[in-house]
Amino acid sequence: MEHRDCVLELQDVSKSFPGVKALDRVSIRFGQASVHALVGENGAGKSTLMKILMGFYTEDQGEILLRGRHLAHAGVRQALDAGISMIHQELMYVPHMTVAENTLLGREPASRFLGRIDRKEAHRQTKRLLRQVGLDLDPDRLMKDLSVAERQLVEIAKAISYDAKIVIMDEPTSSLSQHEVERLFRIIAQLKDRGVTVIYISHRLEEVFRIADEVTVLRDGRVIATSRACEVDTEHVIAMMVGRGLGDVFPKRTCRPGPVILSIRNLGRKDAFRDVSFDLRRGEILGLAGLMGAGRTEIIRCLFGLDRCDQGQILVYGKEVAIRSPADALRLGMGLVSEDRQITGLVPCLSLASNITLSNLSRCSWGPVVARKREQELVERMVGDLRIKSRSSDEMVANLSGGNQQKAVLAKALLGEPDVLVLDEPTRGIDVGAKAEIYRLMCRLADEGKAILMASSELPEVVGMSDRVVVLSSGMVTAQLDRDQASAETILRYAMAG
Amino acid sequence: MPEHGTLSRDGSAMQKYGLLIAFVAICTVLSLRAPAFLTTQNAINVLRQISINAILAVGVTYVILTGGIDLSLGSVVAVTGVLAATFAHPDAYPLIVPLAVGILGGVLIGVLNGVVITRFRVAPFIATLGMMTIARGGGLIISKGRPVSNLSASFNSIGNGSLLRIPIPILILAGVFLVSHFVLRRTTFGRYIYAVGGNEEAARASGINTHGVKIASYAICAGLAGLAGILQASRITTGQPNAGISYELDAIAAVVIGGTSLSGGIGSVTGTFLGALLIGTLNNGLDLLNVSSYYQQVVKGLIIIGAVILDRQEHSR
Repeated sequence: MEHRDCVLELQDVSKSFPGVKALDRVSIRFGQASVHALVGENGAGKSTLMKILMGFYTEDQGEILLRGRHLAHAGVRQALDAGISMIHQELMYVPHMTVAENTLLGREPASRFLGRIDRKEAHRQTKRLLRQVGLDLDPDRLMKDLSVAERQLVEIAKAISYDAKIVIMDEPTSSLSQHEVERLFRIIAQLKDRGVTVIYISHRLEEVFRIADEVTVLRDGRVIATSRACEVDTEHVIAMMVGRGLGDVFPKRTCRPGPVILSIRNLGRKDAFRDVSFDLRRGEILGLAGLMGAGRTEIIRCLFGLDRCDQGQILVYGKEVAIRSPADALRLGMGLVSEDRQITGLVPCLSLASNITLSNLSRCSWGPVVARKREQELVERMVGDLRIKSRSSDEMVANLSGGNQQKAVLAKALLGEPDVLVLDEPTRGIDVGAKAEIYRLMCRLADEGKAILMASSELPEVVGMSDRVVVLSSGMVTAQLDRDQASAETILRYAMAG
Repeated sequence: MPEHGTLSRDGSAMQKYGLLIAFVAICTVLSLRAPAFLTTQNAINVLRQISINAILAVGVTYVILTGGIDLSLGSVVAVTGVLAATFAHPDAYPLIVPLAVGILGGVLIGVLNGVVITRFRVAPFIATLGMMTIARGGGLIISKGRPVSNLSASFNSIGNGSLLRIPIPILILAGVFLVSHFVLRRTTFGRYIYAVGGNEEAARASGINTHGVKIASYAICAGLAGLAGILQASRITTGQPNAGISYELDAIAAVVIGGTSLSGGIGSVTGTFLGALLIGTLNNGLDLLNVSSYYQQVVKGLIIIGAVILDRQEHSR
């Protein structure tokens, strides 16, 4: 680190919350014009550390030196003024305001006289900022109407527009597909040229090794090591992250497909997708691949009754069924792990146990009354099976880490013993260790005869897990590939076709 | 030992204990300043005085837990009181008739509220505000603007009589409270209410009939308001079309003080009952100390705001 100027230094920073020590004497030096990656399992302390930098929390102990001077700020405004900006993992936006209003929030172009906002100027500025991330949107669209990936790109555009000297990116590619990720890397390279320091937090080690100059590994709130990226490799980093070596992440299995259980015929929904047809067999894992906006999540929402289709049919064991609500889908033996666990997956103020049993309370109730003991048994079995880490099953699910929350959604879907399990981005925001567990679980379920539909934007995941792949592009099916045909390049090619 | 920072769906432990502590503190102070306070008779008085408000508050807890609100409570009390009184003249109908009419009238109003809010997507504030005026008008129409008096003795005994030396309104309140506590804590329907209030989209994705749950919550709320309306009419032995003015505000105040969040998903009827008890005890104590009721109103408002500030502090940890 001697040969590069140190622009930000953390010395023995510690932070505790009731019951948990989130950061334990963390010391890191960030160099100027460098991409410094921060990796670690869920709960390792990465997000907490960044929130302290951004002024959301105050450190209990330790020093933060910005360009040699003590950084003491009382809020986000000060952090922004000090030249630090952040792209959050859990996107922070106002859903009912427009893209322009969100992007320029706090620095709207306004006349000095009365503070009246210059809308035309705001529109222009926003369009320019969005173009930098390759987004061609109408700035007057409401944030809540955008897809998760589009929202993430808007957030990125917003963060890099602050002219900050330090940009923190917390899982910036979790909703993006390969194409968009490349664009982000180009932007990061540009930032580096401008002398900006990028702190890059990600679970995707392939990305980390492509983009980072330095890597710091955190585990249980402590720094394990900081190294130059060229001096370490994936195996090494994983070992440091989990404290043990990891075998191959994707389990090997032989697919023994059974009868066709679910058939989609010419399914269509206005402005989302059209003429989509594929079959799902018992015992197989079908991957649904495609770029942002291709329609994967939209198809899944229609399949599960969250949205209505305009045309087409859904057949279960050859018989046509009408799925008009999630209750219908659940009755037919489907389970859903949705893309957005905070919105569709979990009720944050309810306990872990209540969330897990929510779809299937009839399994642990006598008529209208909940049978607490039976519920406890079912929940404990699930928690043990999926290795969900929480202080107790009565803990509020909002207090769990992202990875454990995702496992909770999975537990909820599995409790109903579904024949068809639909997963949308099943390992988003989950650390390597938990990912491997989920993959093992998926394979086990498939071997037990369940049909699994997995939509994912992570190509390695699609390639590694799927027995067959359906590729979507702009709302249409462009290819159906067998395992041996489905390489990352082939999938990408079809994802960008049409 | 209450764990601070662990919010459960019952409202924070600190808030529940805080409420209890505040209650004990107030009782202590009052008993020292007003000797008549700490007597059985006074305690019974307090419970009787809060019974109508507490029943309304328990009812509206269902609605607030789902993230909604009901401003029509006071008007429902009036119209159901008038309706019940109309059927309660001596030797006209058996007692069950005015009771059924009152409660079912409330339930019907609640269903209407629920349908307008879910099917027609009208914001609960607006929908129940409209119903507040409609129901009030309805009461005036049915009663032709005049109080409905000359009610049977058995009807009047509901609000004024006692069973085993306990006033009947208190017994009714106890029943409503116990049943509601059980429903919300131990039944699937209760679980669904918390889920819909906590995250409606996730509840829907879990296969819960969210519209049905909400309509049911409004129906229960207004049904209990109908019960309160019967109690009210019985108490003053008159079906009064102008009864119940501002009752909804007192009910909601009790709910908020009791730790139920207005955004839904967090709270309990125990808290609501404690909230109603706190307000009622304070009013009673101030009465005994001969403090003007104008001051009592100011005090009540301060408590509401204080309770919400405390609630915010818990939530923002």
